[in-house]
Amino acid sequence: MIDVHPFVIFIASIFTSNMIFSNFLGMCSFIAVSKEIPTAMGLGVAVTMVLSFTTVLNYIVYWNILVPFGLEYLMYIVFILVIAAFVQLLEMVMERYLSTLYYALGIFLPLITVNCAILGVSLFMVARQYDFLQTFMFSVGSGIGWALAITAMAGIRSKLSENSIPEGLRGAPTTLIITGIMALAFIGFSGMVQIQ
Amino acid sequence: MSLKKDAKKIFKKGILYDNPILVQVIGICSALAVTNRMMNSLIMGIALSFVTAFSSMTVSLLKSRTPRHIRMMVQVLIISAYVIIVDIFLKAYMPDMSKALGPYVGLIITNCIIMGRAEGFAQSNPPVLSLLDGLSSGFGYTLVLLSISLVREILGFGTVFGVDVMPQSFTKWTLMVMPPSAFFILALIMWAAYNLRIKKEKEGVEKK
Repeated sequence: MIDVHPFVIFIASIFTSNMIFSNFLGMCSFIAVSKEIPTAMGLGVAVTMVLSFTTVLNYIVYWNILVPFGLEYLMYIVFILVIAAFVQLLEMVMERYLSTLYYALGIFLPLITVNCAILGVSLFMVARQYDFLQTFMFSVGSGIGWALAITAMAGIRSKLSENSIPEGLRGAPTTLIITGIMALAFIGFSGMVQIQ
Repeated sequence: MSLKKDAKKIFKKGILYDNPILVQVIGICSALAVTNRMMNSLIMGIALSFVTAFSSMTVSLLKSRTPRHIRMMVQVLIISAYVIIVDIFLKAYMPDMSKALGPYVGLIITNCIIMGRAEGFAQSNPPVLSLLDGLSSGFGYTLVLLSISLVREILGFGTVFGVDVMPQSFTKWTLMVMPPSAFFILALIMWAAYNLRIKKEKEGVEKK
């Protein structure tokens, strides 16, 4: 187990080890849904929520069920099942008790199951052997970092939509270049704190 | 005879006209993450081709037996089973590579290329064709990965597949090893591919 203060992990996962800018996770929905600020923010909130809950659940399942029985190799299947089941459950609970939030986030929830950031954070959590508090801080921080990145990107893209861009660069290539520049900016944070 | 023709068409589509990364813009997470070394990209490409091909085939074999509304779940389970095989294989025979790729092997499960092929092709086509279709998408993916990593490895480390190619006096570009360069290079390759496609289409129109 590595000895890093949970709060350091929290800050680092937002800025220096940002899910998008340094680990390239969740790029698919990042490119597809970052056209307008409100939708991007909605997805960001949904991802943060699902990320924090599923990673903690996966932590419990991994250390209390898979490790004692020597079933670590089933990790992938179990994690993806936990994520899919949790998203489904969250959808049903939200529809029943928080219908306004459900209608605001509704369309994004099914998308989240296939967002690689969710599975990625769980896998990183296992690979880096975090303890419970570290896992919690890491997952919340990663979610906030992801939401921050997609919201910032949506802001830039909505400004860019009126500019004339060479035809071949429109859409995904422009988004990638902007992401690259933003990633360069985020490298500036790397002197602050560092988790591998 | 028709199988051969179909196979040729499928490969052309998977590699050029319908390349998963350049045209459909899916599955780029891992494309960016593992491209700092050519060896990593090659292994990742082979792993993904294997998983895509066989999971497409399995999905296609089971398509008449899977209830429609839980087919996504079934597909995910099939894919994860193959990914576990790949992961165990890498851990047993290439421990260094397994460490270098880290969690990105597991992330093959959420790679949209595989789901896309299973849902878009294997669901309504016979097993052999689905296998070929999966392979062709995998090859298209591998090619893009290799071209990104070629640029990054030459400029970042001065090597190709770990062999020195640049003169001693060459200054290594540290930026090429860091994440942002992957974004820039992929964008440039996408741009080039787009222009190539447009040019081909225009030529085709003039010929007619």
